[in-house]
Amino acid sequence: MSKIRILVGTRKGAFIITADAQRKNWQIDGPHFGGWEIYHVAGSPVNPNRIYASQTSDWFGQIIQRSDDGGKTWQQPGTPPGEPEPSQDDPPAQSNKFAYDISEDTGKPLTTHQWYDGTPHPWEFKRVWHLEPCHSDVDVVYAGVEDAALFRSSDGGENWSELAGLRGHSTGMEWQPGAGGMCLHTILLDKNFPERLYVAISAAGAFRSDDCGETWRTITNGLVSDYIPDPTGEIGHCVHRLGMHPSNPDVIYMQKHWDVMRSDDRGDNWHEVSGNLPSDFGFPIAVHAHEPSTIYVIPIKSDSEHYPPEGKLRVYRSRGGGNEWEALTNGLPQRDCYVNVLRDAMAIDTLDECGIYFGTTGGQIYCSPDSGDNWTTVTANLPAVLSVEVQTLG
Amino acid sequence: MIRVFLPYHLRTLAQCDAEVKIDVEPPCTAANLIDALERTYPSLRGAILELESRQRRPKIRFFACKEDISHAAMDKPLPEGIVNGDEPFMIVGAISGG
Repeated sequence: MSKIRILVGTRKGAFIITADAQRKNWQIDGPHFGGWEIYHVAGSPVNPNRIYASQTSDWFGQIIQRSDDGGKTWQQPGTPPGEPEPSQDDPPAQSNKFAYDISEDTGKPLTTHQWYDGTPHPWEFKRVWHLEPCHSDVDVVYAGVEDAALFRSSDGGENWSELAGLRGHSTGMEWQPGAGGMCLHTILLDKNFPERLYVAISAAGAFRSDDCGETWRTITNGLVSDYIPDPTGEIGHCVHRLGMHPSNPDVIYMQKHWDVMRSDDRGDNWHEVSGNLPSDFGFPIAVHAHEPSTIYVIPIKSDSEHYPPEGKLRVYRSRGGGNEWEALTNGLPQRDCYVNVLRDAMAIDTLDECGIYFGTTGGQIYCSPDSGDNWTTVTANLPAVLSVEVQTLG
Repeated sequence: MIRVFLPYHLRTLAQCDAEVKIDVEPPCTAANLIDALERTYPSLRGAILELESRQRRPKIRFFACKEDISHAAMDKPLPEGIVNGDEPFMIVGAISGG
């Protein structure tokens, strides 16, 4: 029988939550890494028991954790816990080394981007926001980091190298941070076309590579952000999240600061599909597991409040790829609710009756086992939720 | 053996007690002490000193015999009380709520 495993990253640790396919009786395991910020926890599509976690701290820096038994035990890749270095001659794994490529080989030893006030600011690694394991190789995993850059590991997270062509894009020195920092927070891998990757950066925009990350192009044509100096510029758009269905990879959905967007040509051109949504803001966007044109967003009020409009926590579903949206409220709080749902905090399972999951900054995890029609509270009192991923097992 | 006191988060990372004892090759300096600590507990590599620069992380301080030596040279010999094991070398994270 199938089983569901929810991987939750919070401000104070990671949690692993499991249930059978009924999705009613949940077992909560954790906190793992209690007290540490866990920005993202992601499982490998190749081997679901291979799970990566980004553990981070303003005091102690970045740690990458890996489990090979579904989250029961963890280690920093290449550094088994409790074991000293085997010898000084044996070069240690450097799973927490994210060094920007400043070599001449890139042709552009980039040293600055723009700060909030437009002055040059050096690139400084702060943390890993997002981990994206490869569809075909269990040891290949990508990391999106702040300050915005894309890293790749081909040895299960033991060592990382930058795909420097992204920062080497002609606009790289003009990128500026968003309110949460200049983070590369979204990585989409097209499993039908393995050479193709998409990334999104706040607040530089969205980019696509068709050559395994060597070279990149902006994919922002059609985006409009009225409150930036150049509303239709090539960069500067605060993209919050991208979504794609593997059976229809030419169609990309985007939730950005100001509007929900859709592209039918792999991001080359975008048009707005916000339709009747109650706000122009939100963070996550997700696509139904079996219906490529059914998409989900969670409207949030902005520019500064960042809580649900009218205090009603509503997921909105469009069955036609946008424009016409229905509010899904059954089981969700419809008064006095002032939580936020962050960009990495919504996920979809792949059971026949597709399940939708999201976590809030108030520490609630909600599940709909019927594509959004009805919602139940998985757990209500976790630390602020930063990320939610779901694995469908068996 | 040199006694080293670790803050909570580093204990959980290294899966060790609050105080650990390590051998430090002479001269007993902060640099050699951290090197020895990282060899014994590789999971701490990069969590106390920056990986590349080997600079102390900004929100970490070092205390020896009740004195703040955070800004002393890393290759300066540590006080006798640390060397003979009377006092622990204290690695302290900046106090902050949240």
